[in-house]
Amino acid sequence: MSNTSPEGRADSAHMPAVTMEGVEKYYGTFHALKHIDLTVARGEKIVVCGPSGSGKSTLIRCVNQLEAVQEGRIVVDGIELTAGPKNVEQVRRDVGMVFQQFNLFPHMTVLRNCMLALMKVRGIARDEAEATARRFLERVKIPEQAEKYPAQLSGGQQQRVAIARALCMNPKIMLFDEPTSALDPEMVKEVLDTMIDLAREGMTMMVVTHEMGFARQVADRVIFMDRGEIVEIAGPTEFFGNPRHERTRTFLGQITGH
Amino acid sequence: MIRPFGIDEILFIVAAVQWTLALSAIAFAGGAIGGLVVALARVSQVRALRYLALGYVRLFQGTPLLMQLFLVYFGLNIFGAGINPWLAASLALTLHASAFLGEIWRGCIEAVPSGQSEASWALGLGYVDRMKSIVLPQAAKIAVAPTVGFLVQLIKGTSLASIIGFVELTRAGQIINNATFVPFKVFGLVAILYFVLCWPLSLLARWMERRFAVATRR
Repeated sequence: MSNTSPEGRADSAHMPAVTMEGVEKYYGTFHALKHIDLTVARGEKIVVCGPSGSGKSTLIRCVNQLEAVQEGRIVVDGIELTAGPKNVEQVRRDVGMVFQQFNLFPHMTVLRNCMLALMKVRGIARDEAEATARRFLERVKIPEQAEKYPAQLSGGQQQRVAIARALCMNPKIMLFDEPTSALDPEMVKEVLDTMIDLAREGMTMMVVTHEMGFARQVADRVIFMDRGEIVEIAGPTEFFGNPRHERTRTFLGQITGH
Repeated sequence: MIRPFGIDEILFIVAAVQWTLALSAIAFAGGAIGGLVVALARVSQVRALRYLALGYVRLFQGTPLLMQLFLVYFGLNIFGAGINPWLAASLALTLHASAFLGEIWRGCIEAVPSGQSEASWALGLGYVDRMKSIVLPQAAKIAVAPTVGFLVQLIKGTSLASIIGFVELTRAGQIINNATFVPFKVFGLVAILYFVLCWPLSLLARWMERRFAVATRR
């Protein structure tokens, strides 16, 4: 990878992957994110959980500016996102995202889905883009589906294609927005396994999920959000074993205690 | 002297179909280009462009096509282009079609799920690539049926160009009627010819609509 750094980009090895300082986000009068301060280290795996409407999706969607914020600073890989559209484009190239509804391009084959951004954004030639796409489809264990259209695949397969599509761009950070919530139960594992592999390889990950097994196994830190605030941040052992806040305990009781 | 309504008269009317088709084709081609510009402006992030396009659409949807023809016809004369029915009819119908196709296509663009744009942004695709590779191809599939439907309206709309002296199907009918005085027969023939042009298109639009409905159900 070339090192054409924008102005003020410091030595990247010691820089946090994501820094959020005093971030405030409103939808009209609804206060969606309340004074968020968060630093994510390189290679760190963060799991974000919380009840619906707590702002957890909004939080990670701010990292690649699918949501604009009204106040505060967001710095991703040394690039200040909140300082203009050029920076936003640059950050998006280096941040991969996986959505709850997959959002594959239905009019393109699986292979084309993976090649498109390589060719259009990175300017890579077709042959090389195809080789890269096939390599990542291999990695998510569906190389044989390359010529099919998304609608011909199962949900779990589609989500693995979506992961491969994001990985093709060689991202520095991966965002996962409830990647298993739209899946049939028997397909959750294949997607989680793919994410666990990715985590082992050292990818920086921010994952919104209700899969607490995944959080225990993979997360360096778990964030609990409620009503737009970060209520609690802790390592998984402490988070699940000894949550400090009442709201966290209530939430954990609701999703685990049947 | 009253002419009989014979084979020559019938052929004169039938031959005029080509001018109706030519005018429709010009208006449709021009309207496709203008309509794409209007549709993209209507969904633009730039507020001024959105309002400009909205104003244009409202203006053309809120006035009769006949007035639009008159304004262009006499307007061109004021601006020194002289009295030219071809130019006036082509321009007025193009402006008209641009507004309507723009509004139809705006709806089709907005019908593409927002997740498609979000995935494009997340991959770092710029505006042109997002529109060209992701949004417009999906919108086009939705747009085919209503677009053919509008084409039927446009073909029938060209009949108004007869009033500014453009000799197409309707005007040819008027000319023959003025000589033969058998209006029911003459305009009956004119109507049948319009029907022959438009009915297959209506069938096509309905067939495509049904095929699209089946395709999106799964």
